Amino acid sequence: MRVLVLADHDAGLLAPATARIVQGATALGAIDLLVVGDDIAAIAQSAAALAGVAKVLTGKGSLAADGLAARLAALAGDYDYVVASAGSVGKDVMPRLAALLDVMPVTDIVTILGPTRFERPIYAGNAVQTVTDNQPRHILTLRASAFRPAATGNTADIEALDSDIASLVTLLANHRTLSDTPDLATAQIVVGGGVALGSAENFQLIEKLAKRLGAAVGATRAAVDAGYAPNDWQIGQTGKIIAPDLYIAIGISGALQHLAGIQGAKKIVAINTDAEAPLVKLADVALIGDLFETIPQLIAELDKRGVTH
Amino acid sequence: MKILVAIKRVVDHNVRIRVRPDGTGVETTGVRLSMNPFCKHAVEAAVQLAEAGQGAASPTEIVIVSVGPKAATDVILTALAMGAHRGILIETDADLETLAIAKLLAKVVDEEQADLVLLGKQAVDDDSNHVGQMLAALTNRPQATFASEISIVGPALEVTREIDSGRQTLSLPLPAIVTADLRLNTPRNAALPMVMKARAKPLAVRPVAEFGVDLSPRLVIEKINPPAERAAGRTLGSVADLAAFIADDIAQMEAL
Ligand SMILES: Cc1cc2nc3c(=O)[nH]c(=O)nc-3n(C[C@H](O)[C@H](O)[C@H](O)COP(=O)(O)OP(=O)(O)OC[C@H]3O[C@@H](n4cnc5c(N)ncnc54)[C@H](O)[C@@H]3O)c2cc1C
Ligand SMILES: Nc1ncnc2c1ncn2[C@@H]1O[C@H](COP(=O)(O)O)[C@@H](O)[C@H]1O
Repeated sequence: MRVLVLADHDAGLLAPATARIVQGATALGAIDLLVVGDDIAAIAQSAAALAGVAKVLTGKGSLAADGLAARLAALAGDYDYVVASAGSVGKDVMPRLAALLDVMPVTDIVTILGPTRFERPIYAGNAVQTVTDNQPRHILTLRASAFRPAATGNTADIEALDSDIASLVTLLANHRTLSDTPDLATAQIVVGGGVALGSAENFQLIEKLAKRLGAAVGATRAAVDAGYAPNDWQIGQTGKIIAPDLYIAIGISGALQHLAGIQGAKKIVAINTDAEAPLVKLADVALIGDLFETIPQLIAELDKRGVTH
Repeated sequence: MKILVAIKRVVDHNVRIRVRPDGTGVETTGVRLSMNPFCKHAVEAAVQLAEAGQGAASPTEIVIVSVGPKAATDVILTALAMGAHRGILIETDADLETLAIAKLLAKVVDEEQADLVLLGKQAVDDDSNHVGQMLAALTNRPQATFASEISIVGPALEVTREIDSGRQTLSLPLPAIVTADLRLNTPRNAALPMVMKARAKPLAVRPVAEFGVDLSPRLVIEKINPPAERAAGRTLGSVADLAAFIADDIAQMEAL
């Protein structure tokens, strides 16, 4: 079986999600990895290092869905599977590609049970669907956090595609969130803050604890809507899906839509004034208390113990 | 200018769903159903664009379309009460796949020659996040998904999208397809007089067979299960206990 995987990249780097999608897709067959964009030479090198990759294909051009779907459709004839991460690019382009090819896609897969059998969550993760896809060609997106990263050290060939595919869409501006914290969707530890923080300034308390633990920073929709945190920090049904070893949720009630994003977390810690909050009930351990007192105390205690990550 | 808005009736987002014990699906009888939240933002965006275009040579017409059972007329009425002008129900009791829905909507886009089609970014029942993108492919139009801002600038549309690395702003020529995210606007609650007026607005109910689209499913849904349960947790007595728990957990991570 032949598999084409679409690589994700950002700010000149291969996205951490891609190593996980490659690892997941190795269960399906031999992988060619497609990198599309401008100035992608370094990204292609990192892509070629991933174990399981037979060949890296590179193409110039924009990531706008119309052009990218057309490019993938032109390549798809050589493959049994076309696979992407269920991140913002994969969600944007893969259903478009599927419709171009008259294929029903299977998206947001968390388990590959076999070559044509997959599990995907529905209803904000409150139910899990088992799907069989007997179509001749399979268009899939995988949830990166549900798979382990592929090893590196490979030296796959890199082959440039010639055509530059046109798009009707013009990119006017990118508003990137600058942050030196790890990638939220693949981080080992995540510290999340809710609307209880009360202001963007107070939200820095969450960032401070995250830095202390080498963790990524997350937020609830309510905290993002209130302007305390940027939109790409949102965790949940409509934000990012995380599956860290440890999630520390601070001043977060635990609405259904937030829980949808954290079900894959191995251990959950909740800090909340309300002992009845759903997240407190769900957590492995909970501390009942005011975050404005407990967080500074916690940081001091971690310092005292010399905890680093 | 004509705007078509596609809306879906789903289990209300506040309902804690129950998976049927026999694995056949999610219990929907006796459960509150309402307009998918993302679709509400799409309707609101259409109404706001129409309001902004008031006084223009040709007033904006907003057409609502939904594929679903007879009872889905209630969400169309909600959209009409918010300010849309007329509705179309493509009636079916079948649970259609997103590709089939997109094909039906493509027929309507063709009939209506809409300049702009607005959809929600995802339906919160199946969480598919497909139909807008599929419709864009089938109608060969440019798309902007996950929109948090929309404006019409001359003959083009400017859309700000929420993406993994932050936000980006695109310009796309009309006709185009846009899917709405939650920060796009705050949907209005229609006042009672608007609800009464909505009942007088045209609402065409058309059987799905009329569209001549192959609706047979491509995928087999074998079963639907509840997610794995988490083990019960405990409450800690002090911040020191929490620091010890975190230190321990990190030590275990690093040991692996
Ligand atoms: C369609 C849809 C999609 C959605 N998608 C998402 C999503 O992707 N992600 C998401 O997060 N939400 C999402 N939501 C919103 C969700 O329903 C909740 O509104 C939101 O998660 C609540 O955020 P919160 O926990 O910060 O706020 P609240 O629910 O207000 O909770 C605040 C918590 O802080 C606690 N608290 C208050 N003061 C303190 C203090 N001093 N110290 C400690 N604790 C304190 C309170 O006890 C409370 O538990 C969505 C909603 C809809 C309708
Ligand atoms: N049955 C339907 N009728 C009308 N519009 C729909 C239907 N299903 C999905 N849509 C539209 O497509 C969007 C995305 O849905 P989905 O791809 O199913 O997650 C929804 O928010 C609606 O705008």
